[in-house]
Amino acid sequence: MDLIAQLEAEQVAALGKEIPDFKAGDTIRVGYKVTEGTRTRVQNYEGVCISRKNGEGIAGSFTVRKISFGEGVERVFPLHSTNIAEITVVRRGRVRRAKLYYLRSRRGKSARIAEDSHYKPKSDA
Amino acid sequence: MLRSGVIAKKVGMTRLFLEDGKQVPVTVLQLDGLQVVANRTQEKDGYSAVQLGAGTAKVKRVSKAMRGHFAAAKVEPKRKIAEFRVSPENLIAVGEEITANHYFEGQYVDVTGISIGKGFAGAMKRHNFGGLRASHGVSISHRSHGSTGQCQDPGRVFKGKKMAGHMGAARVTTQNLQVVRTDADRGLIMVKGAVPGSKGGWVTLKDAAKKPVPENVILPAALKSHAEEAARAAEEAAAAAAAEAEAEAKRLAEEQAAAEEAALKEAEAEIQADKGDAAPNADEKKDGEE
Repeated sequence: MDLIAQLEAEQVAALGKEIPDFKAGDTIRVGYKVTEGTRTRVQNYEGVCISRKNGEGIAGSFTVRKISFGEGVERVFPLHSTNIAEITVVRRGRVRRAKLYYLRSRRGKSARIAEDSHYKPKSDA
Repeated sequence: MLRSGVIAKKVGMTRLFLEDGKQVPVTVLQLDGLQVVANRTQEKDGYSAVQLGAGTAKVKRVSKAMRGHFAAAKVEPKRKIAEFRVSPENLIAVGEEITANHYFEGQYVDVTGISIGKGFAGAMKRHNFGGLRASHGVSISHRSHGSTGQCQDPGRVFKGKKMAGHMGAARVTTQNLQVVRTDADRGLIMVKGAVPGSKGGWVTLKDAAKKPVPENVILPAALKSHAEEAARAAEEAAAAAAAEAEAEAKRLAEEQAAAEEAALKEAEAEIQADKGDAAPNADEKKDGEE
């Protein structure tokens, strides 16, 4: 392992984040720490994960899309951000793409994602 | 107050997540066997500086002259050598090794390296020219630089006109980069932002020229020998403290033992004294028991 990979692995271990197994198509809820003046609180952001980038490493990120007051909203979160309190998977979706950017041009019925009822947890081999 | 800089190898870039939720892009720089190879002094050379060497070079690939130079300093042949001007009081003894805590977290440094070569580059890439229009009659010259001057008067192109040419592979200094983290055990210095040069390239770090020199910098340098000495001193101090504590405990124990003995003796004496007084009673008791 080269030095950079080693440093990144160490940092991932040191941050000790518990990241659930999720992929594009899953509906997830992200608890994001928001600082208002002096106090911080956790704000939930729930939507469909439409992309995962750069794997599980320190540079990993994911995009969550939701429809807020009739307007599509997308947020990109760094996977290991210290501002993320927790990530929970609400619903597993069955999709055939890694990036669901086609959802941006769809509305309503055609923007639905079928539920994956045969979800198998990733085995840690 | 000028002190030595360091030679480091650019390892690559990564990011750090801080506790307050911020992400910091950092360049990882590594010190690899950074030793003082020679000193330049006012009397001998007319200026004062330290010559540092870093990395390891195969002996057979080092010229005979340089082999002699390294042998005189009693150091392994080095891959990269650089001189740093220092004030005479900050000269470092030849053979000393400099460690990564030469810089402290939050300090500003200037990083100098050889930028990545771009070859023969056009005016758009080299000087950020705008180029010509995509349409409206522009033909085959969308990325050209356009006019280079006036007409018959002056009838020439001015010197220094920005034109296409060789770009990169030049000595570049990036000023005021902040040191985010240091790791003396592995010889790592992490600086915020990008550093000139490619991965595996050599760069030199100096205290930022355009910031006041911080008061808590280590003079003349953070040396391995000093760190070892400090560690040994700490160990010795710890050992001495332990020995002292042991001696104290021993002394206390002895004192206690002596006190106990004295108390015992006293008690015995008292018993003896009591016996003298209480002998008849004891006899009575004995009689009673029988």
